[in-house]
Amino acid sequence: MKISPALASWLQVGPLAVILVLFFGLPMLVVLAASFFDFDHMTIIPTFILDNYQDLFTDPTTLRLYVSSLKFAVIVWVITLVVGFAVAYFLVFHVQSLLIKIGLFLLCSVPFWTSNIIRMISWIPFLGRNGIFNQMLMDAHITSRPLEFLLFSDFAVVVAYVHLFTLFMVVPIFNAMARIDTRLIEAAKDAGASRFAILWEIVLPLSKSGIALGTIFVVTQVMGDFFVVKVMSGGQSGSVVSALSNQIQELQYPPAAASAVILVIVLMLMVAGILRVVDVRKELAT
Amino acid sequence: MAEATSGGRGSSGLTRRSLLQGTAAAAAGVAIGSGAVTGFPTIWAQNIKDVTLTHVGGSYAAIKEIGDQAYKDLGFKIEMQAVDPGTQLNRSLTQPKSIDINNVDSAAAVFLAGKGVLRPIKVSEYKLWDKTVPIFTTGKFPDGKPIPTQGISPMKAGFYTDGSGKKLATGPTEFLTIIPTLYNADTLGIRPDLVGGRDKITSWKDLIDPKYKGKAALVDYAPVGIMDVAMALEAAGEIKYVDKGNMTKAEIDKTTKLLIDLKKQGHFRAFWSNFDQSVNLMASGEVVIQSMWSPAVTAVRSRGIDCYFVPLKEGYRGWFVGLAPMAHLTGLRLDCAMEYLNWFNSGWQGAFIAKQGYYSPVIETVQKFLTPEEWDYWYEGKPAAVDIKDPYGNLMEKKGAIRDGGSLWQREGHVAVWNTVMDEDKYLTKRWNEFVSA
Repeated sequence: MKISPALASWLQVGPLAVILVLFFGLPMLVVLAASFFDFDHMTIIPTFILDNYQDLFTDPTTLRLYVSSLKFAVIVWVITLVVGFAVAYFLVFHVQSLLIKIGLFLLCSVPFWTSNIIRMISWIPFLGRNGIFNQMLMDAHITSRPLEFLLFSDFAVVVAYVHLFTLFMVVPIFNAMARIDTRLIEAAKDAGASRFAILWEIVLPLSKSGIALGTIFVVTQVMGDFFVVKVMSGGQSGSVVSALSNQIQELQYPPAAASAVILVIVLMLMVAGILRVVDVRKELAT
Repeated sequence: MAEATSGGRGSSGLTRRSLLQGTAAAAAGVAIGSGAVTGFPTIWAQNIKDVTLTHVGGSYAAIKEIGDQAYKDLGFKIEMQAVDPGTQLNRSLTQPKSIDINNVDSAAAVFLAGKGVLRPIKVSEYKLWDKTVPIFTTGKFPDGKPIPTQGISPMKAGFYTDGSGKKLATGPTEFLTIIPTLYNADTLGIRPDLVGGRDKITSWKDLIDPKYKGKAALVDYAPVGIMDVAMALEAAGEIKYVDKGNMTKAEIDKTTKLLIDLKKQGHFRAFWSNFDQSVNLMASGEVVIQSMWSPAVTAVRSRGIDCYFVPLKEGYRGWFVGLAPMAHLTGLRLDCAMEYLNWFNSGWQGAFIAKQGYYSPVIETVQKFLTPEEWDYWYEGKPAAVDIKDPYGNLMEKKGAIRDGGSLWQREGHVAVWNTVMDEDKYLTKRWNEFVSA
């Protein structure tokens, strides 16, 4: 029996399409519908009102939360990009033995063998007022009093994010770099290009797809997080999703739904923006 | 029956005898003995052992050991499910059939009443009502003083106006929303070693005292967090509330404004959202004064670090929970549920939770299940005559220790305000989010 090319494509696309429609499309429609509902204490009243969106857009907290989440996203993006790029560059171009390369790459993923929560929480005794780091600084007479900004602060949040998300930058950049034809670099060297010129003119442009994918991973995760922000800031900072989760906890679903819809739109715009700068599909196809 | 009628005894004897015969025959088929021993009328049915009731509540109340003991005493199974308050409310309303026995938080009763998911309980169906402490039955303390009315008091959450269960009453009626099962009086937790001594903190206003700048924490749960802050602001003379338990929008605005100012000055070290966080904040010394639950104080102390649930002159924040059968129960399952409700406060459970620092509404039954030393420590506020252990046998307090705050009525008698859900809770959540993100 011969399968027609059209049918083959459908069969290939089918499973993912079904999963996306069932587990993303439909729930998203439900959320969209709920965002127009009214509510009162415990009951959700199916009707059509714009109050939830109106509240969201007129509340100064919304903007503040988006600014705060975006601020974290940008800081974490810059740090993970620099660290991730450096790590990937080292692994691909400096390590010669394939075995060591794979070994080191696996080493990068070792922290991921434990849960996110454990990796994050372990920072708390380290950075605390009476934590290991403060003790070290004071024992070394670098500071005379514990540094309070280390924990339950924006600093702590950024540390945890970078720790959690750098690998998401390393992996796609590593993949992109590994596909760079080494003959290109040799040719550049022969033509007298400096190491920096090679990095800037060859490696960076050819790693663009990896950088774009890593950026999408990191930015969307930071924008969609509430747990890290809540724990590492000691509840001192909010994020878009932490406000939303407070609403869910108090069963105020319609405004939470409205907030979720807006966040999805914002994230879609951001991803679209990234994909506009870097045509991942084209880069991957080559 | 033939034998009974021919026996020539009095009619009452006849009835009793025939009844006994009947039960003996039914009981032969089922292996339940202890129900009769503890004096509870047991449902003599063949299929009772196939009944499993799902009891859903907070982790402090829905405890597996209690369900196991109920099975031993009653003969049907109880499956305990500990969930967070949001999930519980959600399931109660959207999947009521996934719950049989609802361990309702007093504040949640206001939400659940009238929704048709809980089955109203007639006072006559609950045998221990007469023995229940008066704060639940008449709204008075044992000394006759009325209980405070700010927040959701037992009078506001405890009764329906009639058997339909549509509306909450404001005082005692014949129809209960829940049978109260557990209550306590909460206050602030402090680190005596880091604030200069147990006697250094005497008022709620110390929570916002600049002395503790950067070393205070609050629970990140608006309905409770706002209450702790309101107690502090009122004690400091910053705001005078009409009813802290049900603030107006203007009062919420004023409170959040002061809170945001405090936060901007760096007064709060953290806002905690679960039990472990509150324990770690205190144990690590990040925080020296904060909102706290009683078992968290014990958890800090069990690490060898002094922590004190400090009695404050303005009084305590009281709360209570209770059980309600769900409305979907019928027939045998409903009978079992009512049996379970009547068993619940018969002493075993009360003694178990007493050792976690919670009180039972039916005190005399608890006393029978505690040793005299335990009773003196937990209920009478006397120095421990022996080492005090938790329900699992772990050491809690050394001999000579006195319960923080003293006896039951020294603590519960000074409740100033009850845990609450406000009419303006939607607005409160909004402002609270603003405060946390400020």
